[in-house]
Amino acid sequence: MSNSLRTPLSRARGLGSAKSGVGHFIQQRASAMFLAVLLPWFAFSVILGTDGSFISVNSWLENAFNAAGTLLLVLTGVFHMRLGLQTVIEDYIHKPMTRTICMLANTAIPVILAVVATLSVAKIFVGA
Amino acid sequence: MAGSGSNDKRPIAPHLGVWRWHVTMATSIFHRASGVALYLGAIILTGWLVTLANGPEAYDAYMAVLQSPLGLLVLFGITAAACYHLANGIRHLAWDAGKGYALKTSNLTGWATIICGAVGGVAVFALAFLA
Repeated sequence: MSNSLRTPLSRARGLGSAKSGVGHFIQQRASAMFLAVLLPWFAFSVILGTDGSFISVNSWLENAFNAAGTLLLVLTGVFHMRLGLQTVIEDYIHKPMTRTICMLANTAIPVILAVVATLSVAKIFVGA
Repeated sequence: MAGSGSNDKRPIAPHLGVWRWHVTMATSIFHRASGVALYLGAIILTGWLVTLANGPEAYDAYMAVLQSPLGLLVLFGITAAACYHLANGIRHLAWDAGKGYALKTSNLTGWATIICGAVGGVAVFALAFLA
């Protein structure tokens, strides 16, 4: 330290928190509140509005409101679960390489689910 | 373990061997476990949408797997996990608003979320089979 020309302040700057922890906290809560409405709506709407057969579920999903709600559920859901599992990985996985692989998988899986679900709902909605 | 063999009289971290389960501690662990289970639930839901987009054959084959004994067991677990995670998530939101921290209250709401998970899982399944 005494051999360096850098001041203690310059050494400390930029260290410490990554400054995105509050964002993670708020995003987790905000998505939770939307999911608390979307998930019960989806469950009751599918159970009461369809008989579970292909024709009945397909026509349910051709409705614009139902298609939008289903897609919002999946997209908000994968967003929320990515944040949640990120915390679990940070808490329990300590080996750097394993941790990096888990973190990458925890980004890839929600993104893949989001893309695949979007394409599927879009295909049914336009009746392709 | 931390603090053992020293003359330090300050409180130390809990020793796992002499620690007993509390409902508040159980609800915290269940919240994580149910959240991880719902990761699988999101994959199953997306798979359902994919087979639905692929036509009746794919959808019926997928539903046959979900309606097998093992499939129903997994679905029941995920349904109960969803009910529990939802109830305990609302409890967490109340905590974030600064409410419900009293020991009696948090023990009571802890038991309530566990009951919500069990009863909610059974209720949703009953509704799905009867409706």
